[in-house]
Amino acid sequence: MKRYQIHITGKQGIFDPAGAASKNALLTLGYEGLEDLRIGKFIELSCADDVSPAQVEEMCAKLLANPVIEDFRIEEIVGNTEVA
Amino acid sequence: MTDGSTQVGNMRNGNTHVSNTHVSSTHFGVLSFPGSNCDQDVVHALEHLGYQASYVWHNQTDLGGCDALVLPGGFSYGDYLRCGAIARFSPVMESVKAFAAAGHPVIGICNGFQILTEAGLLPGVLLQNRDLKFICQSVHLRVEASVCQWIDLEPGSMIELPIAHGEGNYYCDELTLGRMEAKGQIVLRYCRPDGLVSMGSAAPNGSLDDIAGICNERGNVFGLMPHPERVSDGLNGRDGAYLFQAAVRRLEARALASSSGSVNAQGGIEGGTDGGTEGDAHVGSQSEEQANV
Repeated sequence: MKRYQIHITGKQGIFDPAGAASKNALLTLGYEGLEDLRIGKFIELSCADDVSPAQVEEMCAKLLANPVIEDFRIEEIVGNTEVA
Repeated sequence: MTDGSTQVGNMRNGNTHVSNTHVSSTHFGVLSFPGSNCDQDVVHALEHLGYQASYVWHNQTDLGGCDALVLPGGFSYGDYLRCGAIARFSPVMESVKAFAAAGHPVIGICNGFQILTEAGLLPGVLLQNRDLKFICQSVHLRVEASVCQWIDLEPGSMIELPIAHGEGNYYCDELTLGRMEAKGQIVLRYCRPDGLVSMGSAAPNGSLDDIAGICNERGNVFGLMPHPERVSDGLNGRDGAYLFQAAVRRLEARALASSSGSVNAQGGIEGGTDGGTEGDAHVGSQSEEQANV
């Protein structure tokens, strides 16, 4: 069993209204010095060992992310730890 | 819907048929995805206008020989992941792509527009509304000079259609925007009631350049966020009817040109409405089609 973590984020320059609203809320709460806050998606994928990283990349490019507005980053999780 | 009632709408329905010199045999296919919720409205509007309409289920690949296709609004596949992202891979979409590639008219309304962008049949993407709110209201739209086959109103005309969406904030990169401008692919812009467009401020959803509707380079594939089907039967207005009627006028003109061409060439009548006939005003732009949308 292989595990992958996929991070999908908006491309630079794409307005992220939810991120902007959350950032403003934090500023209102007094957290100064906050420069940028962007909200993306986090996907965990478990798959058979013979699923290659290239295939996971293809899954991202084809369906999980929209290359017009989003970038993605794939991490393979080794062992049982949460963070690679 | 109000079929069978005796109110004004029904009388107008009758008038519409009388004022049309003939009842059209144009046949629209209306796609139904799990979560589509405007498909019945579209069928109602089309039948009201005197056209044939039938549903095309998302997992069939046979489009039933229809002349034009409608991808209706709704929340296909729950809008999970991104609006239209999953619907794009429905079995029917391969047929839709082939249908569009053959030059037949395809319109995507609201969620249908989102599906067309996800499928790569139209450039760009629909983002969440700038102010994070679902917007349901009537909007003024300015008709732009475009190659779109779904509209034949004079550029600069105004129409009023309702919108109802949470993700209608059109976006594309600058290069794409410039190319669409140059090729006449921007079809409708949100405008103020006085008809003025003020680049970005007239769109209630934050759409780039106030864009409400775009088409592909060939002009046969059209996507828009407003709902023409909701103002087609005269009860709330009639502006939406223009779009369906314009597509039918083009189809009929093309069929006429095609059949007279066939009579000359083969002595028989080819009643098809295939694209690429001599009578089509958009033949010139078809050859310029690139694989970029």
